[in-house]
Formats: sequence, structure tokens, C-alpha cells
Amino acid sequence: MSAVVICLFGATGYGRSAQGVAGAGRALAGELGAELRAVVLGPMEEGELSALSGVADRIVHADQAELGDYQPDLALAAAEQLCKVSEPTAVLLANDVYSQEVTPRLAHRLGGSSMADVTEISTADGMIRVQRTAYGGKAISVYELKKSPAVISTRARSMAPAEPTGRTAEVEKASVELPEPKVRIVERTAEQSEGVKLEDADVIVSGGRGLGGPEPFEDLRVLAEVMKGQQAASRAACDAGWVPPNWQVGQTGKKVAPELYLAIAISGASQHLLGMGDSKVIAAINTDADAPIFKHCSFGIAEDFKKVVPLLTEKLRGLIQP
Amino acid sequence: MKIVVCLKQVLDPDLPARDFKIDPAAKEAQRGNANLVTNIFCENALETALQLRDKIPGTTVTALCYGGSEAEDSLRKALAMTADGAIYVEREGSSNPDPETVARVLAAAIRKEGEVDLVMVGRESGDWGVGQTGGLLAEELGLPALGFVDTLDLAATGDGGLRLRRQTDAGFEVAEAMTPVLVTITNNEANVPRIPKTRDVMMSYRKPLTKHSLAELELDSDETRGANGYYEVAELFVPEKQVRCEMVAGDSLEEQVDDLAQRIASVVNAIG
Ligand SMILES: Cc1cc2nc3c(=O)[nH]c(=O)nc-3n(C[C@H](O)[C@H](O)[C@H](O)COP(=O)(O)OP(=O)(O)OC[C@H]3O[C@@H](n4cnc5c(N)ncnc54)[C@H](O)[C@@H]3O)c2cc1C
Ligand SMILES: Nc1ncnc2c1ncn2[C@@H]1O[C@H](COP(=O)(O)O)[C@@H](O)[C@H]1O
Repeated sequence: MSAVVICLFGATGYGRSAQGVAGAGRALAGELGAELRAVVLGPMEEGELSALSGVADRIVHADQAELGDYQPDLALAAAEQLCKVSEPTAVLLANDVYSQEVTPRLAHRLGGSSMADVTEISTADGMIRVQRTAYGGKAISVYELKKSPAVISTRARSMAPAEPTGRTAEVEKASVELPEPKVRIVERTAEQSEGVKLEDADVIVSGGRGLGGPEPFEDLRVLAEVMKGQQAASRAACDAGWVPPNWQVGQTGKKVAPELYLAIAISGASQHLLGMGDSKVIAAINTDADAPIFKHCSFGIAEDFKKVVPLLTEKLRGLIQP
Repeated sequence: MKIVVCLKQVLDPDLPARDFKIDPAAKEAQRGNANLVTNIFCENALETALQLRDKIPGTTVTALCYGGSEAEDSLRKALAMTADGAIYVEREGSSNPDPETVARVLAAAIRKEGEVDLVMVGRESGDWGVGQTGGLLAEELGLPALGFVDTLDLAATGDGGLRLRRQTDAGFEVAEAMTPVLVTITNNEANVPRIPKTRDVMMSYRKPLTKHSLAELELDSDETRGANGYYEVAELFVPEKQVRCEMVAGDSLEEQVDDLAQRIASVVNAIG
């Protein structure tokens, strides 16, 4: 039986992102009449592993401690070895930075074709097709991946999670040969450890270049607090050094889809919209009534944020249930 | 240290959505009146390389591009940004070559340079944005690689190795690597590309720009020209999205913000 492999990192567990990969994998396996195998790199918590065994048909687990903290050369070597034995038609990964950097190299080693940030996978005449945005969000492209396996980094969080199979997949322990790493990650720092992840936030208050400096982000922080939301930014604000790079939303930043995205002094470039266009409600504060962001909003106000934000914060204190 | 920075020329990403049109036969964007510009992440990479050069004596930075005839403009700009040299590989065949083909061409051009210590590419391009070329190039060259790097320095170990800082989903990571190594570069506040000085623009015409044909790289084949063995664009379309923005109502700022607050509160309170 042919196989669709999902390639997961043990340390990340079976969270929303892995569930999305599994969901996409299950759908593709169904279309191909294939088995869904999970390849897990590094130790994974028991509970997470058992959740995974409820959705995959088979699990191959390299639980070596060396694979615990991601190291590019080791993860790649392990993924290559474990995928090869399955002779997969497709290998699916998430879109965290680790998965993204593994994707093309793994494809090359398996003799396949790769693609990143895929939002839909389908088959046509036995070939795998993937959909994704192009031209900074101005267009949608569909590619036919010509070599097998198709190694695909998926926009995992927006994929529907996999349904339980009603069975429990066997977990096969595998031991892989690991090379001497040539690049060694020696330090890891988390910028925004407290609070919800931006990708999981229900409300996001985002600021752009029009804020003019780092100080207004403090006022936006208070507003975000009242709105029970998280803060984010446009690339221009990150590039200016006003806020950390991992606040960036867009084509090359976080992809978010909250219930409410409030864009303040952000023009609405297609590359920014690509990261938040799927939000349920988008609202904007911008002095320029012709700013492109207003073409994507449910509601907005064409005014100076300096006048709006303090007043809005005060009014919302009385309106939002704590 | 010898650094090669790979530059891709792309349709100006700042082209407003209303002017963006697709050529359905070619399955790519229509050029129209839009400019071709150097991909921003490639310029971020070049800027990072130039700053590193200023820290490590004896370092040279060479810009490399596989592209149509106008790609020379991108290389001239790189020279004006003070790159030391440039290599232009004349593109033949498909105007949207797949990343495996591009990686093979770039790898051949890099090998011709002899020993290269550091290869830098952008994390992704501003047109198709597939972000696959860097990883494939590392494989073609047999180099270790790290993605999403924003800062490079000599390692404190003093053994000539590099200290690489990169952006992750949660924050940052620091890695150490011996050369040769490949990195893909992402943006941060320190690698915003410099604007070339008038004098450097003039000087750029005196700097060496090497040209290679595919034949010189022993890659003149139908496979290279077709450049679709890895993938092919099956469809390209502009998504239709109908949203009607309601501007807040009210005669005064007070009333307008009141309306705004009501709308926001109703969304937030519904989340529960
Ligand atoms: C390959 C590529 C990838 C990219 N990836 C991303 C990405 O991931 N994320 C991203 O955000 N961008 C990305 N960009 C950049 C993008 O094209 C835009 O340049 C960027 O989003 C602009 O940020 P901005 O809206 O904050 O700034 P601007 O476009 O300068 O807009 C500022 C806005 O503020 C308004 N304003 C000014 N003063 C006030 C005031 N007092 N009150 C209210 N409003 C005011 C102005 O009217 C204007 O609309 C990318 C670009 C490329 C080429
Ligand atoms: N034709 C090209 N010439 C030189 N470098 C390229 C070319 N195509 C891609 N690259 C490099 O690969 C990076 C990623 O491109 P892509 O994989 O197309 O998104 C770019 O930022 C460039 O550094």
C-alpha cells in the first residue's frame, strides 16, 4: 500500500499545527487510497503520542535524545532515513521555521519536489497539485509537483484537524544514524513566552509605520489589554526596530486568523493582507480614507490614531465585559 | 572570506493590487508598466554581507543572478551598494524556471568561483515566493545550511567559524557553523538595504561584471531551458473577495469613536 507520511517534531507535540498536518495527510491519503504514516523526530510526550496514534495508521518514532532539541543536520538526516523506507507518495510537514527549512532539502534527498506554505492539496491524473498564494497575495497559484515524493510544507493551522480513526496505531521505535552536525544551534530565546500565541489569539491589535515610532505601541498595548487581545505589527514597524521581528504579520511573518484584527496605521499592502486576510472581522484606523486596508475591512475610521486610540480605549473599558 | 550573494530580479511587489493583471496564456503576471526590482530579501542578504565584509578584513562580496537581460540592472545596483564583483548568468528558455533548475545553475556558477566560504540567499522571492531555492542550492553544493538568519558574526571561538542568529516562531536562536555554509536571510532592523551613493553608482560601472552563458556552465540543455521538471504552474488567478467596509457614523469624532467602540465591543463580547 502506498503511503502518505506526515513528518512531525516530537518536541512540538500533537498540537493544533500537527493536527492540521495530520488532517491534510488523512485527506490526501483518502484520495490516493494510501496509508497515513507519521514519522516523529525526537522524544514526544506519552499523551501526545497516544493522541497521534488515534489518527495515524502507523507511527515510526525516532526517540533518540539527540533529536530532542532541533538541530538542522540531525533532523534532516533522521527525516530522510525514516521517510525513505516508507517510499511515500507525499511527505507533509507544518510551516514552522524548522519544517520550512527541512522541506526543500528533504525533497532533494528523496528525489522529489517540494513546495511551502501550501493551503490546499489535491490530485489530478495521479499527480499531486498544491495551491498557495503568489505575487505577495495578489494571486493564487496551483502547481503540479512533478517528482515523487511531493514534499509539502502546509499552512497547518488553517487545515482541518484529522478525525480519530477509532483504532490505535502501533508505534514502531526506530533508531537512525546521525551525522556529526556542521551547524549547531547553541542558544534559544523565546521573545513572547507569556500569553497566547499570536496564531491562536482571538483578538489582535496591530500597528504599522504610521505610528511613527515605538512609543505609540505602548498605548496600543493598553488598548489590546482592554480588548483582551495580543499585539502584532506590519513589517515596516518591525524593520524600524520598534517591535520584535516575531510580531510581524504577513507573507513572511505570522499567518493569523483571529475573530477581530484591528489594523492601526497600516496601509494594507497585499503582503500584509496575506497574513491576516482570513480574520473574521477586520477593522482599521487610518488617516487615509483611500488606504487599501479599507477595501478589506468590515468597518473602519478615517482618522488620526492619536485622536482615536485614547478615546477608544476609554470607551471600551466600559463596554467590554472583563 | 569569500561571500556570494544570490539576487533574484522580480516584478515590483509594490505594484498596487488594482494594477495587477495576469497573462492567462503564460500563467504569470503581466509586466505592464511595472518595474523589475531586486527581491527585497536578496537586498537584505546583500546588506548583511556588506556589513560582515566591513568587520572581517580581506572579505569580498560577489553578487550572482540568473535572469533575463534586465537582471544586469540588479547587479549594477548591487555593485553600487558596494559589492566587489558580480556574475550574471544569461537565462534561456522559461521566464519562471523551477527552483531546482535555478539551484543547479547557481551551483555551477558558484563552483566556477573556486572556494566560496559563505553563500547567501533570500528567504523567499517577492514574486512567486516559493522559498525553495536556498535549501536546494545547499543540497546541490553539498553545504550545511541555516534558514531565516538575520545577523552574522565571527564566532567568539576564534577558529574562523561563524555565529549565526536566526529568527524562529518564538524568538531567536544562535547557531555556530564552520565555513563553507549557506544561509537564507530574513529582514530585521539592521539589514535594511542601503541607498547607493551617487559616487558609488558611478564607480559601479568600473567594477567587474562577469557573464556566463548556460553553455559555459555546461548546462545548455532542453531540461534547463524548459525548467519545469520540478514543478509547473497549472493555474494562476486573482482571488475574488467582496468586502464592504462601513465607515463609522457620526458628525463628531466623539460620535464616530463611539460607533467604533460599539462595533468592536460587540465582536469582543461575542467571543466569550
Ligand atoms: C517579499 C515581501 C514580503 C513582505 N512581507 C511582509 C509581511 O510579512 N508583513 C508586512 O506587514 N509587510 C510585508 N512586506 C512589506 C509590505 O509590502 C509593506 O511595505 C508593509 O506592509 C507596509 O507597512 P505599513 O502598512 O505599516 O506602512 P505603510 O505602507 O507606510 O502605511 C502606513 C499607513 O499609516 C497611515 N498613517 C500615517 N499616519 C497615521 C496616523 N497618524 N493615524 C492613522 N494612520 C496613519 C498611512 O495613511 C498609511 O496607510 C513585504 C514585502 C515584500 C516585497
Ligand atoms: N534566478 C535567480 N538568481 C539568483 N538568485 C536566485 C534566483 N532565484 C532565486 N534566487 C535566490 O533564492 C532566494 C529564494 O527564492 P525563491 O526560492 O524563488 O523564493 C532568492 O531570495 C534568491 O536569493
